[in-house]
Amino acid sequence: MSKLNALAISDNGFIFKPSTGESFITNEIGLFIIQLLKSGKKADEIIQEIIQDFEVDNLTAGKDLYEFLDFLKKENMTD
Amino acid sequence: MENKKLTIAVTGLNNIDSPGPGVPVIRALKKSGMDIKIIGLAYENLEPGIYMPGLVDKSYLMPFPSTGSEAFLERLAYVHEKENLDIVIPNFDSELFLFIKFNDKLKQMGIHTFLPTLEQFEERHKDNLPEYASNYNITVPESKPLVNIKELENLPKPLSYPYYIKGKFYEAFKVSNLAQSQYYFNKLSAKWGLPVVVQQAIQGTEVNVIALGDGEGNTVSAVPMRKQYITDKGKAWGGITISDERLLEITHDIIKKTKWRGALELEMIKTDDGEYYLIEINPRIPAWVYLAVGAGQNLPEMLCKLALGEKVEPVTAYKTGKMFIRYSWDLIGDISDFEKIIVFGEL
Repeated sequence: MSKLNALAISDNGFIFKPSTGESFITNEIGLFIIQLLKSGKKADEIIQEIIQDFEVDNLTAGKDLYEFLDFLKKENMTD
Repeated sequence: MENKKLTIAVTGLNNIDSPGPGVPVIRALKKSGMDIKIIGLAYENLEPGIYMPGLVDKSYLMPFPSTGSEAFLERLAYVHEKENLDIVIPNFDSELFLFIKFNDKLKQMGIHTFLPTLEQFEERHKDNLPEYASNYNITVPESKPLVNIKELENLPKPLSYPYYIKGKFYEAFKVSNLAQSQYYFNKLSAKWGLPVVVQQAIQGTEVNVIALGDGEGNTVSAVPMRKQYITDKGKAWGGITISDERLLEITHDIIKKTKWRGALELEMIKTDDGEYYLIEINPRIPAWVYLAVGAGQNLPEMLCKLALGEKVEPVTAYKTGKMFIRYSWDLIGDISDFEKIIVFGEL
Protein backbone atom coordinates (compact mmCIF):
# COMPACT_ATOMS: atom_id res chain seq x y z
CA MET A 1 0.00 0.00 0.00
CA SER A 2 1.36 3.44 -0.87
CA LYS A 3 1.96 5.90 1.95
CA LEU A 4 -0.82 8.11 0.60
CA ASN A 5 -3.31 5.24 0.54
CA ALA A 6 -2.36 4.27 4.10
CA LEU A 7 -3.63 7.63 5.37
CA ALA A 8 -7.08 7.87 6.88
CA ILE A 9 -8.65 11.02 5.45
CA SER A 10 -12.08 12.34 6.36
CA ASP A 11 -14.29 14.55 4.22
CA ASN A 12 -13.60 17.36 6.70
CA GLY A 13 -9.93 17.40 5.75
CA PHE A 14 -8.73 15.56 8.86
CA ILE A 15 -5.75 13.35 8.05
CA PHE A 16 -4.64 10.53 10.38
CA LYS A 17 -1.29 8.89 9.75
CA PRO A 18 -1.57 5.40 11.29
CA SER A 19 2.17 4.67 11.15
CA THR A 20 3.03 7.46 13.58
CA GLY A 21 -0.27 8.45 15.20
CA GLU A 22 0.09 12.01 13.94
CA SER A 23 -2.89 13.95 12.67
CA PHE A 24 -3.19 16.99 10.40
CA ILE A 25 -5.89 19.24 9.06
CA THR A 26 -5.94 20.35 5.48
CA ASN A 27 -8.20 22.76 3.66
CA GLU A 28 -10.52 22.16 0.75
CA ILE A 29 -7.81 22.46 -1.86
CA GLY A 30 -5.47 20.09 0.03
CA LEU A 31 -8.22 17.52 0.20
CA PHE A 32 -8.90 18.02 -3.50
CA ILE A 33 -5.21 17.48 -4.33
CA ILE A 34 -4.97 14.32 -2.21
CA GLN A 35 -8.00 12.83 -3.92
CA LEU A 36 -6.50 13.53 -7.34
CA LEU A 37 -3.10 12.14 -6.32
CA LYS A 38 -4.78 8.98 -5.04
CA SER A 39 -6.59 8.58 -8.34
CA GLY A 40 -3.23 8.67 -10.10
CA LYS A 41 -3.39 12.12 -11.74
CA LYS A 42 -0.15 13.80 -12.81
CA ALA A 43 0.90 17.30 -11.68
CA ASP A 44 -0.18 19.01 -14.93
CA GLU A 45 -3.60 17.39 -14.78
CA ILE A 46 -4.04 18.37 -11.13
CA ILE A 47 -3.13 21.99 -11.91
CA GLN A 48 -5.76 22.07 -14.67
CA GLU A 49 -8.40 20.67 -12.34
CA ILE A 50 -7.52 23.22 -9.64
CA ILE A 51 -7.83 26.05 -12.21
CA GLN A 52 -11.27 24.77 -13.24
CA ASP A 53 -12.70 24.03 -9.78
CA PHE A 54 -11.26 26.93 -7.81
CA GLU A 55 -11.22 29.56 -10.58
CA VAL A 56 -7.59 30.55 -10.06
CA ASP A 57 -4.82 31.24 -12.57
CA ASN A 58 -2.12 28.78 -13.60
CA LEU A 59 0.53 30.33 -11.33
CA THR A 60 -1.63 30.16 -8.21
CA ALA A 61 -2.73 26.60 -8.94
CA GLY A 62 0.88 25.50 -9.44
CA LYS A 63 1.97 27.23 -6.26
CA ASP A 64 -0.84 25.56 -4.28
CA LEU A 65 0.01 22.13 -5.66
CA TYR A 66 3.78 22.25 -5.14
CA GLU A 67 3.49 23.75 -1.67
CA PHE A 68 1.13 20.96 -0.70
CA LEU A 69 3.38 18.31 -2.28
CA ASP A 70 6.29 19.72 -0.24
CA PHE A 71 4.19 19.41 2.90
CA LEU A 72 3.28 15.79 2.11
CA LYS A 73 6.93 14.97 1.42
CA LYS A 74 8.14 16.71 4.57
CA GLU A 75 5.67 14.75 6.67
CA ASN A 76 6.66 11.52 4.90
CA MET A 77 3.18 10.96 3.57
CA THR A 78 4.20 10.25 -0.05
CA ASP A 79 6.48 7.56 -1.48
CA MET B 1 -12.55 -21.62 32.93
CA GLU B 2 -15.97 -20.35 31.83
CA ASN B 3 -17.69 -22.64 34.33
CA LYS B 4 -15.90 -21.54 37.47
CA LYS B 5 -16.06 -18.15 39.12
CA LEU B 6 -12.49 -16.91 39.35
CA THR B 7 -11.23 -14.87 42.24
CA ILE B 8 -8.54 -12.54 40.99
CA ALA B 9 -6.42 -10.29 43.20
CA VAL B 10 -5.02 -7.15 41.63
CA THR B 11 -2.53 -4.61 42.97
CA GLY B 12 -1.77 -1.10 41.73
CA LEU B 13 -5.05 0.57 42.66
CA ASN B 14 -3.34 3.97 42.89
CA ASN B 15 -5.13 5.72 40.05
CA ILE B 16 -3.29 8.97 40.68
CA ASP B 17 -1.21 11.33 38.53
CA SER B 18 1.38 8.58 38.10
CA PRO B 19 -1.19 5.82 37.86
CA GLY B 20 -0.77 2.17 38.72
CA PRO B 21 -2.22 -0.32 36.25
CA GLY B 22 -4.65 -1.96 38.70
CA VAL B 23 -7.82 -0.04 37.82
CA PRO B 24 -7.51 -0.49 34.03
CA VAL B 25 -6.57 -4.15 34.54
CA ILE B 26 -9.78 -4.65 36.52
CA ARG B 27 -11.79 -2.81 33.88
CA ALA B 28 -10.30 -5.15 31.26
CA LEU B 29 -11.15 -8.24 33.30
CA LYS B 30 -14.71 -7.05 33.82
CA LYS B 31 -15.08 -6.36 30.10
CA SER B 32 -13.85 -9.86 29.24
CA GLY B 33 -17.12 -11.46 30.28
CA MET B 34 -15.32 -13.91 32.59
CA ASP B 35 -17.21 -14.78 35.78
CA ILE B 36 -14.93 -13.09 38.31
CA LYS B 37 -14.62 -11.75 41.80
CA ILE B 38 -12.06 -8.97 42.14
CA ILE B 39 -9.94 -8.55 45.24
CA GLY B 40 -8.02 -5.29 45.47
CA LEU B 41 -4.67 -5.37 47.22
CA ALA B 42 -3.60 -1.88 48.28
CA TYR B 43 -0.50 -0.52 49.97
CA GLU B 44 -1.90 2.86 50.93
CA ASN B 45 -5.22 3.62 52.54
CA LEU B 46 -6.09 6.34 50.01
CA GLU B 47 -5.54 4.38 46.82
CA PRO B 48 -8.57 5.47 44.76
CA GLY B 49 -9.32 1.95 43.47
CA ILE B 50 -10.39 0.91 46.96
CA TYR B 51 -13.23 3.43 46.91
CA MET B 52 -14.34 3.39 43.26
CA PRO B 53 -17.94 2.13 43.14
CA GLY B 54 -18.36 -1.26 41.50
CA LEU B 55 -14.66 -1.80 40.88
CA VAL B 56 -13.47 -4.26 43.51
CA ASP B 57 -15.55 -6.73 45.48
CA LYS B 58 -13.26 -6.44 48.49
CA SER B 59 -10.00 -4.65 49.31
CA TYR B 60 -7.17 -5.54 51.66
CA LEU B 61 -4.26 -3.43 52.78
CA MET B 62 -0.89 -5.09 52.24
CA PRO B 63 2.40 -4.38 53.97
CA PHE B 64 4.95 -2.68 51.73
CA PRO B 65 7.26 -5.22 50.04
CA SER B 66 10.18 -3.41 51.69
CA THR B 67 8.94 -4.57 55.12
CA GLY B 68 10.13 -8.06 54.21
CA SER B 69 8.90 -11.20 52.57
CA GLU B 70 7.62 -12.83 55.75
CA ALA B 71 5.06 -10.13 56.58
CA PHE B 72 4.11 -9.88 52.93
CA LEU B 73 3.48 -13.62 52.51
CA GLU B 74 1.69 -13.83 55.82
CA ARG B 75 -0.75 -11.15 54.76
CA LEU B 76 -1.25 -12.73 51.33
CA ALA B 77 -1.94 -16.08 53.02
CA TYR B 78 -4.55 -14.35 55.20
CA VAL B 79 -6.25 -12.85 52.14
CA HIS B 80 -6.11 -16.24 50.43
CA GLU B 81 -7.67 -17.94 53.43
CA LYS B 82 -10.53 -15.45 53.33
CA GLU B 83 -11.01 -15.25 49.59
CA ASN B 84 -9.55 -18.42 48.07
CA LEU B 85 -7.61 -16.61 45.37
CA ASP B 86 -7.17 -18.24 41.97
CA ILE B 87 -4.93 -15.63 40.36
CA VAL B 88 -2.83 -12.67 41.47
CA ILE B 89 -1.88 -9.92 39.03
CA PRO B 90 0.87 -7.79 40.62
CA ASN B 91 1.31 -4.44 38.91
CA PHE B 92 4.16 -2.69 40.72
CA ASP B 93 7.80 -3.03 39.75
CA SER B 94 8.75 -2.88 43.41
CA GLU B 95 6.64 -5.91 44.41
CA LEU B 96 7.41 -8.10 41.40
CA PHE B 97 10.60 -9.51 42.86
CA LEU B 98 8.68 -10.98 45.80
CA PHE B 99 5.92 -12.43 43.65
CA ILE B 100 8.47 -13.96 41.28
CA LYS B 101 10.69 -15.27 44.06
CA PHE B 102 7.78 -16.93 45.83
CA ASN B 103 6.02 -18.07 42.68
CA ASP B 104 6.33 -21.77 43.61
CA LYS B 105 5.08 -21.16 47.11
CA LEU B 106 2.07 -19.28 45.76
CA LYS B 107 1.41 -22.13 43.36
CA GLN B 108 1.45 -24.60 46.24
CA MET B 109 -1.13 -22.42 47.93
CA GLY B 110 -3.25 -22.62 44.77
CA ILE B 111 -2.55 -19.04 43.64
CA HIS B 112 -1.61 -18.71 39.97
CA THR B 113 0.50 -15.97 38.42
CA PHE B 114 1.99 -15.44 35.00
CA LEU B 115 5.20 -13.53 35.56
CA PRO B 116 8.68 -13.35 34.05
CA THR B 117 11.33 -15.64 35.45
CA LEU B 118 13.73 -14.14 37.97
CA GLU B 119 16.45 -14.17 35.31
CA GLN B 120 14.25 -12.33 32.81
CA PHE B 121 13.24 -9.84 35.48
CA GLU B 122 16.80 -9.11 36.62
CA GLU B 123 18.33 -9.07 33.17
CA ARG B 124 16.28 -6.11 31.86
CA HIS B 125 16.95 -3.77 34.79
CA LYS B 126 17.70 -0.17 33.83
CA ASP B 127 21.24 -0.45 35.12
CA ASN B 128 21.81 -3.50 32.92
CA LEU B 129 20.30 -2.16 29.69
CA PRO B 130 23.55 -1.81 27.67
CA GLU B 131 24.46 -5.46 28.30
CA TYR B 132 20.87 -6.49 27.56
CA ALA B 133 20.99 -4.57 24.29
CA SER B 134 24.23 -6.22 23.28
CA ASN B 135 22.92 -9.72 24.11
CA TYR B 136 19.75 -9.27 22.08
CA ASN B 137 20.97 -6.90 19.35
CA ILE B 138 18.83 -3.93 20.33
CA THR B 139 19.78 -0.26 20.01
CA VAL B 140 19.74 1.63 23.29
CA PRO B 141 20.87 5.15 24.24
CA GLU B 142 24.24 5.42 25.96
CA SER B 143 23.73 4.91 29.67
CA LYS B 144 25.60 4.35 32.89
CA PRO B 145 24.49 3.21 36.35
CA LEU B 146 25.95 5.36 39.12
CA VAL B 147 26.38 4.57 42.81
CA ASN B 148 28.26 7.73 43.75
CA ILE B 149 27.25 11.35 43.10
CA LYS B 150 30.89 12.21 42.32
CA GLU B 151 30.63 10.15 39.13
CA LEU B 152 28.31 12.80 37.66
CA GLU B 153 31.28 15.16 37.32
CA ASN B 154 33.13 12.81 35.04
CA LEU B 155 30.71 10.85 32.92
CA PRO B 156 32.24 8.73 30.17
CA LYS B 157 31.89 9.99 26.62
CA PRO B 158 29.70 10.16 24.59
CA LEU B 159 27.28 10.91 27.45
CA SER B 160 26.48 14.60 27.35
CA TYR B 161 23.73 17.05 28.26
CA PRO B 162 20.83 16.83 28.02
CA TYR B 163 20.45 13.41 29.56
CA TYR B 164 17.93 11.63 31.72
CA ILE B 165 18.63 10.71 35.28
CA LYS B 166 16.49 7.78 36.37
CA GLY B 167 15.46 6.16 39.63
CA LYS B 168 16.01 2.44 40.14
CA PHE B 169 12.31 1.63 39.89
CA TYR B 170 10.48 4.79 38.88
CA GLU B 171 10.88 8.41 37.80
CA ALA B 172 13.16 10.10 35.32
CA PHE B 173 14.21 13.72 34.95
CA LYS B 174 15.81 15.44 31.98
CA VAL B 175 18.80 17.51 33.08
CA SER B 176 20.93 20.08 31.31
CA ASN B 177 23.67 20.83 33.82
CA LEU B 178 25.59 19.41 36.77
CA ALA B 179 23.59 21.23 39.45
CA GLN B 180 20.34 19.74 38.15
CA SER B 181 21.79 16.26 37.87
CA GLN B 182 23.21 16.38 41.43
CA TYR B 183 19.86 17.56 42.77
CA TYR B 184 17.97 14.71 41.10
CA PHE B 185 20.66 12.16 41.99
CA ASN B 186 20.06 12.90 45.66
CA LYS B 187 16.30 12.94 45.28
CA LEU B 188 16.14 9.65 43.33
CA SER B 189 18.68 7.75 45.41
CA ALA B 190 16.88 8.76 48.62
CA LYS B 191 13.55 7.57 47.23
CA TRP B 192 14.42 4.46 45.23
CA GLY B 193 17.92 3.52 46.34
CA LEU B 194 21.00 2.92 44.21
CA PRO B 195 22.03 2.76 41.47
CA VAL B 196 20.76 5.86 39.77
CA VAL B 197 20.97 5.57 36.00
CA VAL B 198 22.11 8.26 33.61
CA GLN B 199 20.78 7.80 30.08
CA GLN B 200 21.50 9.95 27.03
CA ALA B 201 18.41 11.88 25.84
CA ILE B 202 17.43 10.94 22.30
CA GLN B 203 15.52 13.39 20.11
CA GLY B 204 12.40 11.78 18.71
CA THR B 205 8.90 10.54 19.34
CA GLU B 206 8.10 8.32 22.29
CA VAL B 207 6.37 5.14 21.21
CA ASN B 208 5.44 2.25 23.49
CA VAL B 209 4.30 -1.32 23.02
CA ILE B 210 2.27 -3.41 25.41
CA ALA B 211 2.83 -7.11 24.85
CA LEU B 212 2.34 -10.55 26.33
CA GLY B 213 4.78 -13.42 25.90
CA ASP B 214 3.78 -17.02 26.52
CA GLY B 215 7.18 -18.03 27.91
CA GLU B 216 7.96 -20.16 24.87
CA GLY B 217 9.01 -17.34 22.58
CA ASN B 218 5.57 -16.50 21.17
CA THR B 219 4.02 -13.06 21.31
CA VAL B 220 0.42 -13.66 22.28
CA SER B 221 -0.59 -10.01 22.16
CA ALA B 222 1.07 -6.73 21.13
CA VAL B 223 -0.31 -3.24 20.60
CA PRO B 224 1.87 -0.18 19.82
CA MET B 225 0.95 3.31 20.95
CA ARG B 226 2.27 6.82 20.53
CA LYS B 227 2.09 9.09 23.55
CA GLN B 228 0.11 12.20 22.68
CA TYR B 229 0.15 13.97 26.01
CA ILE B 230 2.91 13.45 28.55
CA THR B 231 2.70 14.69 32.14
CA ASP B 232 5.55 16.33 34.00
CA LYS B 233 6.19 12.89 35.49
CA GLY B 234 6.67 11.47 32.02
CA LYS B 235 3.42 9.52 32.13
CA ALA B 236 1.12 9.19 29.15
CA TRP B 237 -2.07 11.16 29.78
CA GLY B 238 -3.24 10.55 26.25
CA GLY B 239 -2.18 8.14 23.55
CA ILE B 240 -3.19 6.63 20.23
CA THR B 241 -2.70 3.17 18.72
CA ILE B 242 -0.47 3.16 15.66
CA SER B 243 0.44 0.81 12.87
CA ASP B 244 4.19 0.44 13.16
CA GLU B 245 5.49 -2.80 11.68
CA ARG B 246 9.11 -2.22 12.68
CA LEU B 247 8.13 -1.62 16.28
CA LEU B 248 6.13 -4.85 16.32
CA GLU B 249 9.04 -6.70 14.70
CA ILE B 250 11.35 -5.50 17.48
CA THR B 251 8.79 -6.60 20.08
CA HIS B 252 8.36 -10.07 18.58
CA ASP B 253 12.11 -10.41 18.31
CA ILE B 254 12.75 -9.53 21.97
CA ILE B 255 10.01 -11.89 23.17
CA LYS B 256 11.29 -14.66 20.92
CA LYS B 257 14.93 -14.30 21.95
CA THR B 258 14.25 -13.92 25.66
CA LYS B 259 11.29 -16.37 25.75
CA TRP B 260 9.58 -13.66 27.75
CA ARG B 261 6.90 -14.90 30.12
CA GLY B 262 4.15 -12.50 31.08
CA ALA B 263 3.23 -8.94 30.23
CA LEU B 264 5.72 -6.23 29.39
CA GLU B 265 5.94 -2.70 28.12
CA LEU B 266 8.67 -1.55 25.78
CA GLU B 267 9.38 2.17 25.93
CA MET B 268 11.13 3.35 22.80
CA ILE B 269 12.14 6.53 21.01
CA LYS B 270 11.70 6.70 17.26
CA THR B 271 14.00 9.27 15.70
CA ASP B 272 13.19 11.35 12.64
CA ASP B 273 15.54 9.02 10.72
CA GLY B 274 13.39 6.04 11.64
CA GLU B 275 15.84 4.58 14.17
CA TYR B 276 14.40 2.94 17.29
CA TYR B 277 16.06 3.25 20.68
CA LEU B 278 14.89 1.10 23.56
CA ILE B 279 14.85 3.23 26.69
CA GLU B 280 13.18 0.87 29.13
CA ILE B 281 11.49 -2.50 29.55
CA ASN B 282 8.78 -2.61 32.19
CA PRO B 283 8.20 -6.23 33.22
CA ARG B 284 4.48 -5.85 33.83
CA ILE B 285 1.23 -4.51 32.43
CA PRO B 286 1.43 -0.73 31.88
CA ALA B 287 -1.24 1.70 33.11
CA TRP B 288 -2.45 2.34 29.55
CA VAL B 289 -3.51 -1.31 29.11
CA TYR B 290 -7.15 -0.36 28.61
CA LEU B 291 -6.23 1.26 25.29
CA ALA B 292 -5.14 -2.18 24.05
CA VAL B 293 -8.49 -3.58 25.19
CA GLY B 294 -10.27 -0.77 23.34
CA ALA B 295 -8.22 -1.56 20.25
CA GLY B 296 -9.24 -5.21 20.35
CA GLN B 297 -6.72 -7.10 22.50
CA ASN B 298 -7.75 -7.95 26.05
CA LEU B 299 -4.31 -8.67 27.41
CA PRO B 300 -5.30 -9.15 31.09
CA GLU B 301 -7.86 -11.77 30.07
CA MET B 302 -5.22 -13.63 28.03
CA LEU B 303 -2.78 -13.36 30.92
CA CYS B 304 -5.32 -14.99 33.27
CA LYS B 305 -5.80 -17.88 30.85
CA LEU B 306 -2.06 -18.40 30.59
CA ALA B 307 -1.78 -18.27 34.39
CA LEU B 308 -4.27 -21.11 34.61
CA GLY B 309 -2.26 -23.14 32.12
CA GLU B 310 -4.64 -22.71 29.22
CA LYS B 311 -3.45 -22.47 25.64
CA VAL B 312 -3.91 -18.98 24.22
CA GLU B 313 -3.81 -18.38 20.48
CA PRO B 314 -1.81 -15.28 19.51
CA VAL B 315 -3.87 -12.25 18.52
CA THR B 316 -2.37 -9.88 15.99
CA ALA B 317 -5.31 -7.72 14.86
CA TYR B 318 -6.04 -4.42 16.56
CA LYS B 319 -7.59 -1.11 15.51
CA THR B 320 -5.29 1.81 14.79
CA GLY B 321 -6.42 5.33 15.66
CA LYS B 322 -7.95 4.28 18.99
CA MET B 323 -7.22 6.91 21.61
CA PHE B 324 -7.22 7.17 25.35
CA ILE B 325 -7.42 10.36 27.34
CA ARG B 326 -7.06 10.18 31.12
CA TYR B 327 -9.07 12.38 33.41
CA SER B 328 -9.29 13.01 37.09
CA TRP B 329 -12.58 12.65 38.94
CA ASP B 330 -13.44 13.53 42.50
CA LEU B 331 -14.97 10.57 44.29
CA ILE B 332 -17.10 11.31 47.29
CA GLY B 333 -16.49 8.75 49.99
CA ASP B 334 -17.63 8.31 53.54
CA ILE B 335 -15.44 8.43 56.61
CA SER B 336 -16.82 5.02 57.66
CA ASP B 337 -15.13 3.38 54.63
CA PHE B 338 -11.87 5.11 55.43
CA GLU B 339 -12.24 3.95 59.02
CA LYS B 340 -12.63 0.31 57.95
CA ILE B 341 -9.44 0.45 55.91
CA ILE B 342 -7.52 2.18 58.68
CA VAL B 343 -8.77 0.04 61.56
CA PHE B 344 -9.29 -3.38 59.97
CA GLY B 345 -7.11 -3.11 56.85
CA GLU B 346 -9.96 -4.27 54.66
CA LEU B 347 -13.08 -2.89 53.04
